[in-house]
Amino acid sequence: MTAQDTTIYFDHASTTPCDQRVVDAMLPYFTSIYGNSSSRNHAYGWEAEEGVDKARSQVAELLGAQPKEIIFTSGATESNNIAIKGAARMYAKAPAGSDNRGHIITAVHEHKAVIDPCRRLEREGFDVTFLEPGADGIITAQMVKDALRDDTILVSIMWANNELGTINEVPCIGKICKEHGAVFHTDATQWVGKLPTDVEADNIDLLSLSAHKMYGPKGIGALYVRRRRPRVRLEAIQDGGGHERGFRSGTLNVSSIVGLGAACAIAKEEMEADGERLKKLRDKLESELMSRLEVVEVNGHRDQRLPHMTNISFGFVEGESLMMGIKNIACSSGSACTSASLEPSYVLKALGVGDELAHSSLRLSLGRHTTEAEVDEAIEGITAAVEHLRAMSPLFDLWKEGVDISKIEWQSH
Amino acid sequence: MAYSEKVIEHYQKPQNVGSFGTSSDVKERSDIGVGIVGAPECGDVMQLQIKVDDAGKIEDAKFKCFGCGSAIASSSLATEWIKGRTVDEALAIKNTEIVEELALPPVKIHCSVLAEDSIRTAINDWKKKNGHEVEDDHHHH
Repeated sequence: MTAQDTTIYFDHASTTPCDQRVVDAMLPYFTSIYGNSSSRNHAYGWEAEEGVDKARSQVAELLGAQPKEIIFTSGATESNNIAIKGAARMYAKAPAGSDNRGHIITAVHEHKAVIDPCRRLEREGFDVTFLEPGADGIITAQMVKDALRDDTILVSIMWANNELGTINEVPCIGKICKEHGAVFHTDATQWVGKLPTDVEADNIDLLSLSAHKMYGPKGIGALYVRRRRPRVRLEAIQDGGGHERGFRSGTLNVSSIVGLGAACAIAKEEMEADGERLKKLRDKLESELMSRLEVVEVNGHRDQRLPHMTNISFGFVEGESLMMGIKNIACSSGSACTSASLEPSYVLKALGVGDELAHSSLRLSLGRHTTEAEVDEAIEGITAAVEHLRAMSPLFDLWKEGVDISKIEWQSH
Repeated sequence: MAYSEKVIEHYQKPQNVGSFGTSSDVKERSDIGVGIVGAPECGDVMQLQIKVDDAGKIEDAKFKCFGCGSAIASSSLATEWIKGRTVDEALAIKNTEIVEELALPPVKIHCSVLAEDSIRTAINDWKKKNGHEVEDDHHHH
């Protein structure tokens, strides 16, 4: 028996199952079409290359890009690294080893795969501004505009936040960057395949995506690199055979690339219907929990967010113990106890969500195979677990007595 | 993280959940000692209330806990262990015994420390109310 037989999967923002149609598309590439797509002189190479070319077109089509603008990588983390480090080093105002090499803008609640490359660039002589979102979690075009400087070379703002699902003002941010002459990168890992993308209309220069967030295989992703108006150049991180226009050397992962392509083609066809269906289920989940329980708060902007997920806090109960009470629901929590660092979610903190509510949050993300019956079961399960924990929560008692918990002097460790 | 069976048992059926009254109710009662330790921003708050007889024996204990499964189990276990003991016997309980009993992993040791602190704080509260000498109020870890 596997987890699938016992546990509802509400963690699609973490990863998704591979769609059977994706697996079917990939399979021949393991055992029959196994050539190296760089082998130019025989049929094995040609047919592998055909598979890669088709996938490249499928990815490009989903993004409104040209196939030549798609670079295959191992996933969004690598795409982010290539984009951010590659652009900063290429457009640096001063050579390596010096200070004041240029200004970069990003945000405090980006994924670590953006924050950490920016931190490294700080140590390499670049100046980085980490924007703070409003209480709704959103980075606006005005925030970026206000942070721009004469020496700003790169702006990296994610499209949709991975913990909240909130959507930043990407097209407008891109427009401002274009006017300013700064390269605009967006980590679109949570966005692509969920809502429509058009790199032209959305003013994007560099875009990272990952297959496994959209029903494709793990370990494969892509980076969109604009080739025209303007042509974006990057200093490669990985040197070698010059694959992928020299941006990413290494033999292509043909079977996974085919899988990514298939996932993109399916997403293009189905994301609109999926999104509408999942939004109804997500809204039901939220409204039922909020009507059954007191002190339930949705974190982040209520409307400007992805349709399939919610980040929701249940006051006076701790997230890890809550997850223990809903063993049959796989999800994530902003609680410190569920993270390796033992810190509560830095994303929720950035919104000014009180620590006690950050500790009490669940991220529930639905997916293509989620049923209404599963949502109903989750509503019952979560309600029961919250009630069980509140019955033993000293904070719930204090709240009922009308005590302001934030005004108590806690004896912290 | 996989929990030990004992942690799961305490989580599902916590022992001695409750209180002898709200904080203002029990404030004036000299037979009740209260210990509230931890902080919401740290993700765990334990409240232990003990009812002590004239001979210094803990007749009853009640807990409430905001925290992870290990914190709930540690406080539930603490109430089981101190009931029927004298306050001095209860003060001898070490967090390492809780760690051992619940098979807590290293990252959860602070839960057992918190439970030990709640016992000490509750007993000291009772002692102060009854004019007994309080030692080592500020225990450091």
